[in-house]
Amino acid sequence: MAQLFTRDTQAIFWNNNTTAIQRMLDYDYTIKREKPSVAAIVAPTSNSKFDKFFYGPDEIMIPLYRNTTEAKAAQPQADVLLNFASFRTAYEVTMEALEMGGFSSIMVTAEGIPERLARKMNAIARAKNVTVIGPATVGAIAPGAFKIANIGGTIENIVQSKLHRAGSCGLVTRSGGLFNELSNIIAINADGIAEGVAIGGDRFVGSVFIDNLLRMEANPEVKYMLLLGEVGGTEEYKVIEAVKSGQIKKPIIAWCIGTIAKYYDSGVQFGHAGASANGDMETAEAKNKAMKEVGIHVPASFNNLPEIISAVYHELHAEGVIKDIHEPAMNVCPSVRKSKQFICTISDDRGDEAHYCGYPISSVATPDTGFTIGDVMSILWFKKRYPRWAVDFLETVLKTVADHGPAVSGAHNAKVTARAGKDVISSLISGLLTIGPRFGGAIDDAAKYFKYAKDHDMTPNDFLNHMKKEGIPIPGIGHRIKSLKNPDLRVEGLKKYAAANFPSTPLLDYALTVEQLTTSKKENLILNVDGTIGILMVDMWRALGYADEEIDVFINAGALNAFFILGRSIGFIGHILDEKRLGMPMYRHPMDDILYDVKLAENL
Amino acid sequence: MAQKAIREFDAKSILAKHWDKYFPNFTYAYETVMVQNGTELSKAAKEKKWLKEKALVAKPDMLFGKRGKNGLVLFRDSKPGDVSLAKAASWIDEKSSSNQSVYFSFHGDTPSGDAKVDMLTHFIVEPFTPHSQEEEYYISATCVGDNDVLYMSAEGGMEVEENWDKVIEVSFPITATEEEIEDKIRKNIPKDVAKDDKEAFAEFAIGFFRAYRELNFAYLEINPFVLQGKKVELLDMVAKLDDTAGFMMKDEWGNVDFPTSFGMEEKSPEVLAIEDADSKSGASLKLTILKPEARVWTMVAGGGASVVYADTIADLAGIEDLANYGEYSGGPTTSETKFYAETILDLMTRGKDVKGRDKVLIIGGAIANFTDVAKTFTGIIQAFDNYADKMKEVGIKIYVRRGGPNYEKGLKDIKEAADRLGLYIEVYGPETHVTDIVRMALTK
Repeated sequence: MAQLFTRDTQAIFWNNNTTAIQRMLDYDYTIKREKPSVAAIVAPTSNSKFDKFFYGPDEIMIPLYRNTTEAKAAQPQADVLLNFASFRTAYEVTMEALEMGGFSSIMVTAEGIPERLARKMNAIARAKNVTVIGPATVGAIAPGAFKIANIGGTIENIVQSKLHRAGSCGLVTRSGGLFNELSNIIAINADGIAEGVAIGGDRFVGSVFIDNLLRMEANPEVKYMLLLGEVGGTEEYKVIEAVKSGQIKKPIIAWCIGTIAKYYDSGVQFGHAGASANGDMETAEAKNKAMKEVGIHVPASFNNLPEIISAVYHELHAEGVIKDIHEPAMNVCPSVRKSKQFICTISDDRGDEAHYCGYPISSVATPDTGFTIGDVMSILWFKKRYPRWAVDFLETVLKTVADHGPAVSGAHNAKVTARAGKDVISSLISGLLTIGPRFGGAIDDAAKYFKYAKDHDMTPNDFLNHMKKEGIPIPGIGHRIKSLKNPDLRVEGLKKYAAANFPSTPLLDYALTVEQLTTSKKENLILNVDGTIGILMVDMWRALGYADEEIDVFINAGALNAFFILGRSIGFIGHILDEKRLGMPMYRHPMDDILYDVKLAENL
Repeated sequence: MAQKAIREFDAKSILAKHWDKYFPNFTYAYETVMVQNGTELSKAAKEKKWLKEKALVAKPDMLFGKRGKNGLVLFRDSKPGDVSLAKAASWIDEKSSSNQSVYFSFHGDTPSGDAKVDMLTHFIVEPFTPHSQEEEYYISATCVGDNDVLYMSAEGGMEVEENWDKVIEVSFPITATEEEIEDKIRKNIPKDVAKDDKEAFAEFAIGFFRAYRELNFAYLEINPFVLQGKKVELLDMVAKLDDTAGFMMKDEWGNVDFPTSFGMEEKSPEVLAIEDADSKSGASLKLTILKPEARVWTMVAGGGASVVYADTIADLAGIEDLANYGEYSGGPTTSETKFYAETILDLMTRGKDVKGRDKVLIIGGAIANFTDVAKTFTGIIQAFDNYADKMKEVGIKIYVRRGGPNYEKGLKDIKEAADRLGLYIEVYGPETHVTDIVRMALTK
C-alpha cells in the first residue's frame, strides 16, 4: 500500500466528536469529494440513529451506531477507524477493531494509554498489517483525498497551507502542532505536501518514522520527505540505516528538536512523553549529526528549515522531478450556516418537478409508467420500489380492508358526524379516531406477537401459555362467526395469493400451526383477517431482505396500522358521501336504547 | 513522564501484597518498615516485634542506589549483624539531621562525578539476614526497544555491574504467551546458579517476570535476592511504575508515592499548583522553572513548539537567559490559561533583571489544530489586566506569535489589551516563521 488514503477512503469515527467530524466534512466539501469521509459514528451512549452535519451549505446525516461491530457491518467499505476513545478505553476499542478485521489503518488520539497496552496493541496491529497512527496524535492527511479529524486546523488554514490538494513533500512528525506549522512552511517555501503523518507523542506509537518514510518512498506522488524528530528514542537511526542501505533514495530533510535537553538533568521533561534521552545516542545533537553524515539534509537549526526546504524543492523542480501544480478548483464553505429544523428523506419539491423518492411525479403518475398506487406507496412509505408481487400484495391489503359495512365503530362515527352537518374532513377524522387497540389495531399486535413467538422459537403451546401469562388474548386470532368450517373468504384470498406469489411464508406457516391449536379449543378461534395481514406483511418484509431490527422499526412506527387507516379511509369517505347524497337528518340516539342509572344528589 | 520511580519500601509492599499469586511456593516474611526518624522507628517496634528481637539493617529509601558504596547502609555496630533497635534509631536521627553528600556513580570504590547534597528524609529498616555471597542472586526486568528483557545472574550484590558479562539477558516480545515465556526462562537459567537452587530460581524468575508484567512495572530489580530453600529474602529493590497504568492499578498498587529524587530541588509552590491544575484538566499545563532570576520567560502552546522555542533561545541567547520551560495545549479553558499566565507573570515580576535590561516574555506557538487562540488569549489578557503595573515596573517586552482557529481575533485582542495597558508588545501571525520572534526579541 503506497498510499495511506485515497479520495474514496471512508472512516468510522469512534466517539461523536462533532467539531472534528464537521472539520472532516468541511474538508470533503472543499476538495469536492464524492462521498463524505465519515461513513459512520460509534456513539456508545446515544440513542439517536444519526447526527446531522453540514456539507458545504447543506446538511447531511451520518448514521450512529452503538458499537464498532454494528458500524462496520453497516458500512463495510469504511476501512479507517478513528479511535477517539479516552486513554481508559482506547486500547479495547482498537483491539476490538483488530479482532474484527477489515480496517487498513487505525488512528488513536488518546494520550497516556498504559505502556504495556499500547505496546501490545501496536504489535498485534503490525502483525495484522494494520497501520496504527498514534497514540497521542492529531492524525494524518492525504491532501486532496482524506483528512483525519482536526489535523490541519481550520479550513482557512488548510487552504492557506495548501493542504487541500497534493503537493510533493512527504511529511512525518511526532508533534501535531508542529505538523501544522511545517505544512505551512512547506506551502510557503515549496509546493505543499503529498501525504503527512503526525506519529504521536507517546513513548510507544504504532507506526514509526521508518514505516511512514518507506511507504512514502514507494508513493510516486512523494518526491522528497521531511522528517521532524525529537530528542529521545532511536527511531531516527532506522531511517539512517535505510538511507545507507539504499532502501530510501528520495531526498530527506530532517531535524530533531530538543537540542536544549543536553543542558539539563534528565529530570526536566521537554515536550512529549517520548522525548527523553537515555544515553548520548538519543540526544537531538547526536541524531542530527548522524543524519547529516549519511547525506540527509539537516539544517543548522530549526530556524533554518525554510531555506533548506526551498533549496531541495527548487533543485528537484529544476531537474524536472517536481512538476508545476495546476491548482484545482475548490468549493468554498459558507461562513454562516443554519442548521435545519426538519429533515425529509422521501420527497423533494425543489427544482422543476417534485420527486417521490427520486422519481419525478410525471414518471409514476400515468398508467403507461407502469407504476400503480402500490408502487407509489412502496417508494413513499418504504423508500424503495417493491417487486410486483409485493406491490400487488399491498394493494390487495388496501382493497381487503377498504370497508366492513356501516355498523363498525369507525363507519358509524363517520356517518353520525356527516349527519350532524359536518364536512368530509371532520367526518372522516371522527371515523379514523376510533382506529386503535380495539378497532383495527390487531394488525400491528398480531405481527408483533407472532413475530416475537417465532423469533424465540416458541412452540404453539409455549406461545399460548406466554400470552395467557401476559393476560392478553392472542391478537389476530378469533372471529365473531367465522370458523374453520365456515372460513373467512378474505383470509382465504390472502392466503391463496401469498402461497402463489410470496417466495416463502414462514410466519404464516407458523401462525397456521397456532391456529390448529386454538381452533381445537374453540371453533371460531381462527386466524382472522387482521392477523393474516399483519403476519403476511412480516413475511413480505423478510422476503424483501429487511433485517429483523428494520422490521421491528416498521411495526413499532405503526406502519401496519397505516395500511388499515389508508384502506379504511376509502370506506369511510364512501359512507360520508352516502350520507350527503341521502341528506339524512341529524341523528339522535333513541332514549329507550339507553340504560339510565343516575341517582339524584343527596344535598340539594 | 510515564515511568516513575518508587521507594524500595513501596516496591516490596506491592510484591508482598501479591506474593501468593506470583510466588505460591515461596515464603517472604515482609519484615520491613519505612520511617522518617528514630522516634518513628521506636514507635513502629510496638507493633512489629521483630524490630526488637532481630539484628537490623537500615538505609535511606530515596530512589538512589550505591548506598553501600556511599557508606549509607547500617549493618554493623561493632561487628556485622549486631545493630539494635536503639542503634538504628540513633543512626537514622544522625543521618537525617544534616545534609548528606551522595555520589551516583563509582569507578570501583572511588566516586566519580559530582556529589548531590540534600537531606535524608526516608529510611527503610529490615532484619539483618546472615547469608553467604554464593546465595546472592540478581534479577531485573525492563523494557528495551519494543521488548521486555529479563536479566538474571548468579552473581548478585554490589558488584553486579562489574560482573555484567555474567548476566543472562532474555528478551520477549509483548505478544509472548505465558508458556513461551516460562519455557524460555527455564532454558536460560544462568549456569552458575547452584545446582540445588536451579529449579527454585527458575520458578522464582517466572513469577518475578509475571509480576513485572501484570503489575505494570516499568523497571523492577532485586539485587540481591537470597534463596534459602523455599524462603526468599529481598535484600535490595529498585522499581519504577508506568504511572499511565495507575487508573487500572488502583487496588494492585495501593497507596504508592512518587517522590522527587534525592538532590532534586523541591518543587516550588507555583510548579505544584500548575501540576495540580494539569491533573484536573483535560488539557495539558506544564511548567518547569529552570532559573527564576533569568531574563527570558516563555509561555508557549504545544508540546513540540515549546521545545523548538527552548532550542532557539538556547541557540541565540544561551541557557543562562532562559528562566523556564513549559507548555499549554489541548484546548485549555480561559480560566486555566489565565491561571497559567498569572503564575508565570507572578514569577517573572518578582525582581528586575540584574543587568538592568528589559525582561522578555515569549508568547509563542505553532498553528493550532483545534485550540481556540482567541479563547486562550482571553485568559492571558485577563492576567495582563491583573499584572500590568508590576510588569511595567520590572520592564517587560512581550513578543507574540500564533496561528490556528480564531487567531486573527486573538492577536488583535492581545495587541489592543497591551496597548490599552501601556505594555510593550509585538504581535505576529502564521506568516512569520514560528521562532522568528525569539530572534527579534533577543537581537534588540
